[in-house]
Amino acid sequence: MPSIKKVLIANRGEIAVRVIRACRELGITTVAVYSEVDQKALHVLEADEAAAIGAAAPAESYLNIEKIIAAAQERQCDAIHPGYGFLSENAGFARRCREAGIIFIGPTPEAMALVGDKLTARKTMREAGVPVTPGVALHTHDQDEIAKLAESIGYPVMIKASAGGGGKGMRIVRQVADLQSAIEAGQREALSAFGNDTVYMEKYLENPRHVEFQVLADQHGNIVHLFERECSIQRRHQKIIEETPSPALNAALRDEMGATACRVMEAVDYTNAGTVEFLLDQEKNYYFLEVNARIQVEHPITELVTGVDLVKQQIRIAEGQPLGIRQEDLRQQGHALECRIYAEDPENSFFPSLGKLNFVKIPQGPGIRCDSGIYSGMEVTMFYDPILAKLVVWAENRPDAIRKMCTALSDYVILGIKTPIPFLSDLLQHPEFVAGHLHTGFIDAYFRDWKPADGAVLREIALIAAAYAAGQKQRDVPHSGGPSVAPSPWQTVGEWEILSG
Amino acid sequence: MYRIESKIDTSSQEFRDNRAAMEAKVTELKARVQAVKQGGPPHAHQAHASRNKLFVRERLKQLFDPGSPFLEFSQLAAWDLYDNQAPSAGMVTGVGVVHGREVLVVAHDATVKGGTYFPMTIKKHLRAQEIAMQNRLPCVYLVDSGGIFLPYQSETFPDRDHFGRIFFNQARMSAEGIPQISVVLGSSTAGGAYQPAMSDEVVIVRKQGYIYIGGPPLVKAATGEVVTDEDLGGADVHARISGVADHYAHNEEHAFEITRNILENLSPASPFALARSQPEAPYYDPAELHGVIPADIRKPFDIREVIARLVDGSRFQEFKELYGPTLVCGFARIMGYPVGILGNNGVLFSESAVKGAHFINLCTIRKIPLIFLQNITGFIVGKEYEHGGIARNGAKLVHAVANANVPKFTVIVGGSYGAGNYGMCGRGYDPRLLWMWPNGRISVMGGEQAADVLATVRKRSLEKQGKEVSEKELKAFREEILAQYEHEASPYYSSARIWDDGIIDPADTRNVLGLGIAMSLNAPIPDQKFGVFRM
Repeated sequence: MPSIKKVLIANRGEIAVRVIRACRELGITTVAVYSEVDQKALHVLEADEAAAIGAAAPAESYLNIEKIIAAAQERQCDAIHPGYGFLSENAGFARRCREAGIIFIGPTPEAMALVGDKLTARKTMREAGVPVTPGVALHTHDQDEIAKLAESIGYPVMIKASAGGGGKGMRIVRQVADLQSAIEAGQREALSAFGNDTVYMEKYLENPRHVEFQVLADQHGNIVHLFERECSIQRRHQKIIEETPSPALNAALRDEMGATACRVMEAVDYTNAGTVEFLLDQEKNYYFLEVNARIQVEHPITELVTGVDLVKQQIRIAEGQPLGIRQEDLRQQGHALECRIYAEDPENSFFPSLGKLNFVKIPQGPGIRCDSGIYSGMEVTMFYDPILAKLVVWAENRPDAIRKMCTALSDYVILGIKTPIPFLSDLLQHPEFVAGHLHTGFIDAYFRDWKPADGAVLREIALIAAAYAAGQKQRDVPHSGGPSVAPSPWQTVGEWEILSG
Repeated sequence: MYRIESKIDTSSQEFRDNRAAMEAKVTELKARVQAVKQGGPPHAHQAHASRNKLFVRERLKQLFDPGSPFLEFSQLAAWDLYDNQAPSAGMVTGVGVVHGREVLVVAHDATVKGGTYFPMTIKKHLRAQEIAMQNRLPCVYLVDSGGIFLPYQSETFPDRDHFGRIFFNQARMSAEGIPQISVVLGSSTAGGAYQPAMSDEVVIVRKQGYIYIGGPPLVKAATGEVVTDEDLGGADVHARISGVADHYAHNEEHAFEITRNILENLSPASPFALARSQPEAPYYDPAELHGVIPADIRKPFDIREVIARLVDGSRFQEFKELYGPTLVCGFARIMGYPVGILGNNGVLFSESAVKGAHFINLCTIRKIPLIFLQNITGFIVGKEYEHGGIARNGAKLVHAVANANVPKFTVIVGGSYGAGNYGMCGRGYDPRLLWMWPNGRISVMGGEQAADVLATVRKRSLEKQGKEVSEKELKAFREEILAQYEHEASPYYSSARIWDDGIIDPADTRNVLGLGIAMSLNAPIPDQKFGVFRM
């Protein structure tokens, strides 16, 4: 059984830092890779070693398979952890690792290929008896035929790229008039993003919940699920708040969906950590959505309620060790919430907000975990996913977890760029959120024209003033012989003359 | 540093009485300063305005950065002199801020006898230049003067510190790299023509500024040639033909814009790097100074009560507290600047004098500016003290003060008598700035002592001649002397003759000192050198 001694992390930001931490706890040496603009990024500072792999553009660095393989070989790494995004679900990369004799910490390229293509995956799942939403692949460009297919599925329909996850290439069409332009745009986007213009049309569920199941599978046929995560709070089809347990599931439904998730993974001979995503409609029907063949951004909430370190499990599974966990040993304890902290402006359509992080203060306290890839003074650049950090809390129950998250958010200070912190705080306190009435259209329904309350602006002004004062104080420490830096009385006295008062 | 513990009860009757007395003096002072700030008589203002010329104080507003301080000098120069024809000696001088940089200004007030020079005008002008030289401040001359006030020519023209010295100073400062800028806003005649001519750069206003060695009347008398002001020495002549002026301004506003641009382009100031801390307001309110000083000048007060209301956080690191206690010495900060303070708590003994010399030595070696708070009747007299060498010990203090190369600032907060004035850095010892409080008194000795001494001398001299002198005659003689001293020891008498740089409200002392120290740092503090101390 190979034992992993040195891991290259083919990623950046908070997930790279997370993996480095797991490796360090296991006594594994870490190698970070970085692009030109990431020379001073946190993951580079945290790793034992770091290798430069090229220019800022992802294709030149974090997506450049050969450069990453070369760096791993040069530094004699026996494994590569891909994190999420970038090359994490690239079967070609997993295959290339295998050829190079490097362990890829993730599923096999075969399983990855099976689940990676949405069309293949749906077909496999339908055959395995897993419920899927009605839908069809569009191999044709005949508009009449496409319109008929849409009619048979029933509006609204969703057009999406056949491969890849996230929000890319997804469009909702509510009437036939909008169909053609949506398909064309979807094809264009699919082609530029994935090199393949096939799009998929399926039934669009109104206000469904997004509920996913975490699965671990070893190389010896053992498979367990670690319960669900509800990720219904999304903006532009990207999750921003996740929680577990889901307020929508009862024990019976949870067991049923969990068993289904395991069946999904068995159907593709899946190994390592993976996630099976479902949509849950208002009548509690669930439909298979897709498999995420990687560690998920929101994995920490599962770790907090189950006590299982998923990244360490990934490494052990990759080494070939059998799972030390049985399904009946797993329990959900308490409630966990995660807020994603992106570099973006919630007042301006969540547009990226870039620049220097003048000051960062991470909240601390019992039950608070912050997986962060940033520090005071760091630059946030335009080249990569704008996630800065994830704030995760655990409490005994959902109301306590919400309160703890609100307190932690109010203690979280990031100065220099815009972040959704005030937005997240308002969202968590919305009565519908507190009641657990979540769905994927939640933000559009309640927070379309969100503006910060006046108090939030005053708070920001106070923070800026305090940071300025702190900076001043540091500068004005007297030091012998040095130049004077406090402003001259000629600048501070203001309008004044002798006897003018 | 420890905070001074004030022992003054601000709710006491005594405090209120003192405050009432001081505030009466400050009110009188403000009224007098307000009066001289008006410049010349109303008809002169009308004539000035009819030529579309701005009043001198309006000009300064346009020149300086908005919302910045202006530290004016010698406001009461020529007070009660020349039949009060020359308020402020017909000139405004002071330090203001242009593009963030301290600049010394000398500005004629043409509403006062056409801006002509009385003897005190020259003294005021030279004093301003001296401040510029000592502190390396760029000079801006706002020229609007008819030259010497002819009735006083003998007191203004030929001597070393007369009119010619102005141009001498300009040349010397220019050579030292202290910029000299003239803005010609009116006439600049005869000797006055050298003021722009000796400057590094000259701005002149179209159809308003004139420069000529001889004006049209003199030209006509000398050669019979008839010529207008404009054709003889207007802006067009000097900017286009003679080259005497460098910048042509369409009006005064334009002239000040140009002047500000000139100053903006000077190489930046590089102040001496004095270790600075975060400025802190005094713990005790400086406004309480009004009630701290006894209404009766002969009544002693603890100078620490004054220091507590001047320095940052009212904190004071006293030096040799238990030795020579009549001279209080110690370190403090004013607006963040480190200072060494010497203040009088009684007559100077040998011990106080050598303590002062020691303390000055400390400050000069450490390059810390010195503040002298004068309330001094003089050095101790008597056989015991002469035998103890008070002359030699007093000389050590005077020697240390004279040679101290750090910026020195003196404030007369009470009496300033005799050699005490010298030991405490009087005018003769080149303090960068010297201010008086309105309760201050300055004379060679107190009026009573002087009257006693003179009466004794007179009695003896008459007795030698075999003449009897009646008590009544002696009393009348004494009263005459007392009245003379009373008049001449007044701060107004001093300020009129520019023995000081101005009379200030005690509550302004902290600002005046803080601005003064900041200003002084434009010049480097040289290494210290002393001569022979008589031991």
